[in-house]
Amino acid sequence: MAMSLPMSSEATPGHFRFIGLRRLAKLLFGTPLNAALTLLFGALLVVTVPPMLRWLVIDAVLFDPDPNACRAATGACWSFIYAKSGQLLFGIYPFDERWRPAIVCLLILALLGWSVRPASWTSRLLALWVAAFALIFWLMGGGFGLAEVPTSSWGGLPVTLILTVVAIGIAFPVGILLALARRSTLPAVRVGAVVLIESVRGLPLLSILFVASIMMPLFLPEALLPDKFVRALVALTIFAAAYLAEVIRGGLQAIPNGQYEAAAALGLPFWHTQRLVILPQAIRVVIPALANTIIVMIKNTSLVLVIGLFDLISSGKAALADPEWPSPAAETFLFIGAIFFALSFSFARFADFLERRGPAAH
Amino acid sequence: MLTSVSAIRHVPSLPMTNDPTAVEMVGVNKWYGTFHVLKNIDLTIQRGEKLVICGPSGSGKSTMIRCINRLEEHQQGRIVVDGIELTGDLKKINEIRRDVGMVFQHFNLFPHLTVLENLTLAPIWVRKMRRKEAEQVAMHYLDRVKIPDQAHKCPGQLSGGQQQRVAIARSLCMSPKIMLFDEPTSALDPEMVKEVLDTMVSLAEEGMTMLCVSHEMGFARQVADRVVFMDQGEIVEINTPAEFFSSPHHERSKLFLAQILH
Repeated sequence: MAMSLPMSSEATPGHFRFIGLRRLAKLLFGTPLNAALTLLFGALLVVTVPPMLRWLVIDAVLFDPDPNACRAATGACWSFIYAKSGQLLFGIYPFDERWRPAIVCLLILALLGWSVRPASWTSRLLALWVAAFALIFWLMGGGFGLAEVPTSSWGGLPVTLILTVVAIGIAFPVGILLALARRSTLPAVRVGAVVLIESVRGLPLLSILFVASIMMPLFLPEALLPDKFVRALVALTIFAAAYLAEVIRGGLQAIPNGQYEAAAALGLPFWHTQRLVILPQAIRVVIPALANTIIVMIKNTSLVLVIGLFDLISSGKAALADPEWPSPAAETFLFIGAIFFALSFSFARFADFLERRGPAAH
Repeated sequence: MLTSVSAIRHVPSLPMTNDPTAVEMVGVNKWYGTFHVLKNIDLTIQRGEKLVICGPSGSGKSTMIRCINRLEEHQQGRIVVDGIELTGDLKKINEIRRDVGMVFQHFNLFPHLTVLENLTLAPIWVRKMRRKEAEQVAMHYLDRVKIPDQAHKCPGQLSGGQQQRVAIARSLCMSPKIMLFDEPTSALDPEMVKEVLDTMVSLAEEGMTMLCVSHEMGFARQVADRVVFMDQGEIVEINTPAEFFSSPHHERSKLFLAQILH
């Protein structure tokens, strides 16, 4: 809560500006150490900023659609991003059908935007998401009047978004159940949760993805084998659930016993107690750690490239392979990085908002 | 502030069955590991009766009343609450808990909910009351504990005395037949003890069956039908408050009273 400073009546804006300058000078050069640091970082800025600006903007090719313009230029080749945006965003998805993943991306982003409003947190929201995903899988995969596109041809932003949203969306409730199971008084339930969590945490995500994509076909008959995309989705979900479970368990441990006793004394049964009393408090305690885990998971989705799924990064690499263009790798990965940053940073802001709202901490 | 309360006024817990017994404990024993915390407790509480339970710390008085709503499990003996015997049967335990209110030393309000939500939670989810009706009942009891204006605040914004009164109102919203108080004023600043005791006195005057673990002797004198003195897991003496405080029968009672009276 910002407290407004008392303003004396004779203080003019100019007076304040003068004080501000004096304070700034004191901050920068007040001590010998500060002065030395100021000079050092000032020199670093002078050396690095102008060439960076030259590369980014001044010498860059911004819109010229001719690849040769990029070859001639010494700066960045942004026209490549512009010219190749369809391939970067949608990967190897059939050219004529790109409107479908475009709608899917807009739909997911719109739903995410809709879902962050506390006013929309009703049971209908869940139904909305389920319906949206039925629509999304139809749009992506085709059938029922649309040309069929196998998951092996899916790519780019929709793959990243679907993997992220579905994996985290399912992993979160599963993580809650795992966390509760690990604290259960029933030995079988507890041991089951411990074994699952510890074995998933003990393995690198890469190896879990390899198991899902390469080993499962070895011991499952073709008919029973789920699609590779679905297998990757399951692997990501289990991985995320194990980590989320441990974070949530940390929150559960922070809830004093008196809360359980008060709920019990009122006659609330187990699941009501968890849902209405314990979890709302436990999850609130661990919002920063949850946000951390989820942001890591958003970026982990890019690891599916090792099993041949085309997420954003794979699409970027495919676009770079076009022999007509010079390969502006830095520009491409800056663009892709910006998309990941936008997703992660938006989520971080959302987590920050969640942390601030609700009853005042005490 | 107050809605039409005539329809929802608290019905004093008059005997509803022919059985005048509210709680019966026979030969109750409990151990924490090897520590014998309750020793052969025999106690019968009549409907409408007010009991004050006192004794030195560690004497098992809290444990004893916590056995009545099964926050603690007894290992030997029989506890019958409102005609239902306490066993491992979860359904019966919840049935008893619905009708037995409890007020804790540290209030144990739900900090993430507003005062009103604290009060309506169990009526809505356990008694399946409609929200609107539950809110009317809640406002009625908030009015009774004299803090209707705090309904939309969070527990953390209230003083200790106000929080404890909210906790009492939260229990009353379930229309309990029996109320358990576990040192309800021990965690309060001295100036807030009276407001909580006043609430308890008015509740007693309405005929509520009450078991209070408390060292508040003024309160015991004013409302208690009997005082139960416990020491080292045993019931040492059961007496009327007048006699217990003026001429206790047992040596250990005398020692205890000498200590708390200085």
